[in-house]
Amino acid sequence: MTPAMAEQFVNLQRLAPEIALCIFGIVIMLADPFMPREKRRALGWIAFIGALVALVGVHMTAHSPGLAYSGLINNDAFSVLFHLIIISAAALVILGSFDYLDREGIQRGEYYALILFATAGMGILAGANELLTAFVGLEMSSISTYVLVGFRRRAPVSNEASVKYFLLGSFATAFFLYGIAMVYGATGTTRIDEIQAALQNSLSQEGHLPALSILALGLIFVGLGFKVVVAPFQIYAPDVYEGAPTPVTALLASAPKAATFALMIRIYSVSFASSSDTWFWVIWISAVLTMFIGNLAALVQTNVKRMLAYSSIAHAGYILVAFAASTEFGVAAVLFYLAAYVAMKVGAFLVLAHLGQQDERRLSIQDYAGLGIKQPALAACFSLFLLSLLGLPATGGFVGKFFAFQGALDVHSSHGAWFVWLVVLAAINSVIGAYYYLRVIIAMYFWSPNQDYVPTRVAPAIAVALVLCAVLTIYLGILPGTLHSAALTAAHTLALH
Amino acid sequence: MSVVPISYYLVLSAVLFGLGVVAFVFKRNVITIFMSIELMLNAINLAFIAFARAHNQMDGLVFVFFVIVVAAAEAAVGLAIVIMLARHRQSLSAERINSLKF
Repeated sequence: MTPAMAEQFVNLQRLAPEIALCIFGIVIMLADPFMPREKRRALGWIAFIGALVALVGVHMTAHSPGLAYSGLINNDAFSVLFHLIIISAAALVILGSFDYLDREGIQRGEYYALILFATAGMGILAGANELLTAFVGLEMSSISTYVLVGFRRRAPVSNEASVKYFLLGSFATAFFLYGIAMVYGATGTTRIDEIQAALQNSLSQEGHLPALSILALGLIFVGLGFKVVVAPFQIYAPDVYEGAPTPVTALLASAPKAATFALMIRIYSVSFASSSDTWFWVIWISAVLTMFIGNLAALVQTNVKRMLAYSSIAHAGYILVAFAASTEFGVAAVLFYLAAYVAMKVGAFLVLAHLGQQDERRLSIQDYAGLGIKQPALAACFSLFLLSLLGLPATGGFVGKFFAFQGALDVHSSHGAWFVWLVVLAAINSVIGAYYYLRVIIAMYFWSPNQDYVPTRVAPAIAVALVLCAVLTIYLGILPGTLHSAALTAAHTLALH
Repeated sequence: MSVVPISYYLVLSAVLFGLGVVAFVFKRNVITIFMSIELMLNAINLAFIAFARAHNQMDGLVFVFFVIVVAAAEAAVGLAIVIMLARHRQSLSAERINSLKF
């Protein structure tokens, strides 16, 4: 093997998960027209196998850390862990989609192919070492999800959600891009590792950062803030999450958030580490606003899907608390929180995908009154996810919050006191959150059963997906050590300052 | 022959971007809103080209190609979504996209 071929091989190996996802996506698109309508479910299984193959690919990439494609992709331990989170979320969502699509009469190959393409885009986003790659990954995942959100074509709400998501998503992307242009103008490079050196250089030579780079930070925060759904860019999220098909909501609320946080950590904590004093306040204010807006708005919702949409905004706020710390422990906490969050949020939305019934008409809290008697297993599962979202001990959500708050409290900088306040406010928010999560649980177990609502049998595929989510949620709650030490190692490879 | 300074291009780019933002916020027709996003993207392209010239590099120009490609993909998907909207509502007014409420 010549050296050039060997290099190509290593490149391919380090991009293996994305390549696998794209190949499976293309195969599904090609096979779709030849499949009779009633057999299209098989395409879903192909997509699921594709996601599993991609997970094997992640295992391969883990053994060959380093840069790929002349520095466009950075396949470090950090990227590997995020790949695990993202692809697992996609696999669970695919598993939970089969019966939903049958019920709504939209069983089509594109759906699965788009999920795989979106996942590939998120993978690229998590492993980007160049803002160009990050942009392409971000757009791959965004454009695919614009279509997925509008996939219930006959439902006007789905279409409306799609239009809103598309317009505001592209608007946000434009800000992100303008931010990149400013970074490029200030430093002459768009490589994440080189930006750091260039900024350090101008800091030591001129004593301050270029004004353009500060502007860039703001613009990039607008762009990425939209994607991770933090205040004040959260306005579109409840509408989009409510209108999208529920399994797509499960995907939207989990995987893109994880991928975009990976990029935010790379940009803010690594590239712009030298200006952390500047962006600390932006993150601080945004975190407080996000938590309060998410939790207070969730209090008054009667539609459970919309309530969970607001709850996912609140959770983005908790993640920002750890993100603001920007230490190794803080980054590890973000990683851990995202893993736990994905398990419980995907689980909760998949429960809703089943409970919503035909045309998603049964999403109100009254519909679920007495569900604990009618379907004890499903109600128990849903309660577990809600309790984990609430942050009850022995669930992944609790440990995630614990690490996040711990990470913020551990910071010994001039902002130390402000971190304490941030954690105090986050704790107050957790208490507010308890009200609306518990209300659903109380409705399921203590309200008199809603005679109107006839439960349907849980299909095996959804049951498997839910059990996996539940096992993960409990596992992360009881034995967080393995993932947390892996997250610490991953954070260490980022070489934070 | 005098050369136009880079800063002129950057100011023009910022003005175009600002106009795009203003149009996005105030226009009522979905297609016009979409066009204002395209205007913003082209303002960004101009900034990239100006910076590439200032740094005497090719990187910025490469970025512009990617932006153009992605904008095309976005337009293809976006217009399809807008066609669905028109079929559902027989209207392209953003004010009528209101069945999802806070």
